[in-house]
Amino acid sequence: MVPLWMFLLVAAALFAIGLFGVLSRRNAVAILMGVELMLNAVNINLIAFWRYRTPDTMIGQAFAVFVFVVAAAEAAVGLALIVAIYRRRQSVAVEDVNLLKW
Amino acid sequence: MDFQTVDWGTNLLAILPEILLTLLAVVVLALDAIWPASRRRQIGIIAGVSMFGIVLVLLIFSAPIAAAVEEQLILGGMFRHDILTQIFRTMVILAGGLTCLLSTDAPGVGRKGHYYALLIIATLGASLMSAAADLIMAFVALETTSITLYMLAGFLRGDERSTEAGVKYFLFGAVMSAILLYGLSLLYGFSGQSNFYLLADGLKASGVPDLAVLLALVMLLAGFSFKISAVPFHFWTPDVYEGAPTPVTAFLSVASKAASFALLLRLFMAVFPEYDPIWALVLAIASIVTMTLGNVLALRQSNIKRMLAYSSIAQAGYSLIGVVAIGAQNGAGMAAVIFYLFMYTLTNLAAFGVVIYVSRATGSERIADFAGLSRRSPALALVLTVALLSLGGIPPAAGFVGKFFLFQAAVDSGLAWLAIIGVLNAIVALYYYLMVVKVMYVDRSADEDKPLAVSRAASWALVLTSVGVILLGVVAAPVYDWALRAGQELLF
Repeated sequence: MVPLWMFLLVAAALFAIGLFGVLSRRNAVAILMGVELMLNAVNINLIAFWRYRTPDTMIGQAFAVFVFVVAAAEAAVGLALIVAIYRRRQSVAVEDVNLLKW
Repeated sequence: MDFQTVDWGTNLLAILPEILLTLLAVVVLALDAIWPASRRRQIGIIAGVSMFGIVLVLLIFSAPIAAAVEEQLILGGMFRHDILTQIFRTMVILAGGLTCLLSTDAPGVGRKGHYYALLIIATLGASLMSAAADLIMAFVALETTSITLYMLAGFLRGDERSTEAGVKYFLFGAVMSAILLYGLSLLYGFSGQSNFYLLADGLKASGVPDLAVLLALVMLLAGFSFKISAVPFHFWTPDVYEGAPTPVTAFLSVASKAASFALLLRLFMAVFPEYDPIWALVLAIASIVTMTLGNVLALRQSNIKRMLAYSSIAQAGYSLIGVVAIGAQNGAGMAAVIFYLFMYTLTNLAAFGVVIYVSRATGSERIADFAGLSRRSPALALVLTVALLSLGGIPPAAGFVGKFFLFQAAVDSGLAWLAIIGVLNAIVALYYYLMVVKVMYVDRSADEDKPLAVSRAASWALVLTSVGVILLGVVAAPVYDWALRAGQELLF
């Protein structure tokens, strides 16, 4: 069987790619995609841990289900906010979102 | 540890406030659909008063009865029904009710039923956060609050600053919650458990290296720092506080912060039952940097909401002192944090309540436009003065007692240097708080003779908060004892 650490490695790599996307992209929608990758990494983690560590309880699976439900809700709200700002500025690049400054 | 199968009656009674909040949200939405626009302002009053009723229900019918941890963990271990839960739920539902009353005249939000529904759901999430005893529950409750607050921050779709605040809060929040969630998944994987009170044993039994556990906890700490706006994850605070509708800012600055502190205290006490000097050092550094940065940057703000945003960063820094001093005897450190957050909830709502009415009348949020407020509305000026004195830590307002407990706890646990830095910071902070008082009472303005009207619902809310602030400052003992019992329960 494929050892647990391989799954964790894939998840960590996915998480890192997502985080890189978040930090390097300037388009709000692309940032949202990065966040989705990070959440998928979490799900891989949860399911792998569930299969290898606690196959007799449902904790990991239940957790993963909640994660993707919440991720869907978050994406819906986030896209709505991005659409709202696009209607006013005709742009979703984060450097154009600069009315409020420290 | 096996979870007791408590009978359904007890379980339902324990979460009665949450059930009532859910029903209230539905009722509010229905009223929004039925009533004509002219009557919709009443929805806010109904929501606010109902939430005060729910606080009473919570205190009378949903008081924790069981003493042992095993019996307090109900609903399959998802929910811990103890005094900490009770006190934080009181705090956030009270904050929700007061925010509803203060919202009734706020432009753009006061007459929208769905605004109140979102606010009630955010309160529901915060209330569940303060009770969560399971990783899954904690995550779902956290997101219930966060997602509704993203919507509320961007609620004024026609206002560029509000939409911008919404998008910024959402982007920062989504990334930070993903990082927090990764930490949670690691914690679950390492221990094979999801209940807070089984995590510590699970971690010990699994033999996972300390470094790996540390990594997971650093991720959790990053997520919580974002929620409580502690350095280095505070960037969003001033922008979101300034752009969001003012009542939302008020709610965001108290309820979401208080509930995050509740979760932080509970989770870290459960995973680290023993005092750990390295963690204490990390938190102490975070606390010092947070309060110093907040105070220094607040000095040069000209917008009152931005100033209060930096002030709220500084206040998070003070509260962290108590989290560092968790090792203090008999839960005094935790009691100090809880008391501080309680007084901060009332104080900040009073301050933002005045800001709502002044900025509605003057159409601006600049501190300079508070000139002559003492002549336009002596009552509003007095309420804001009480709030600012409390934030600055001057007796007889509650802020003084709150800071006293915090610094006392720090000294008791051998962190006198931390208390000294806290006191120095509080002195710096006095400058910008008293500056606003000076503008209100000394500076003159051309509009002085125009009186400033405040609706009855909001004046009740303002009276309640400011009297509460003074009362807490004069007779702190009942609330402090309540907090102390909550802290002691958490210790074992």
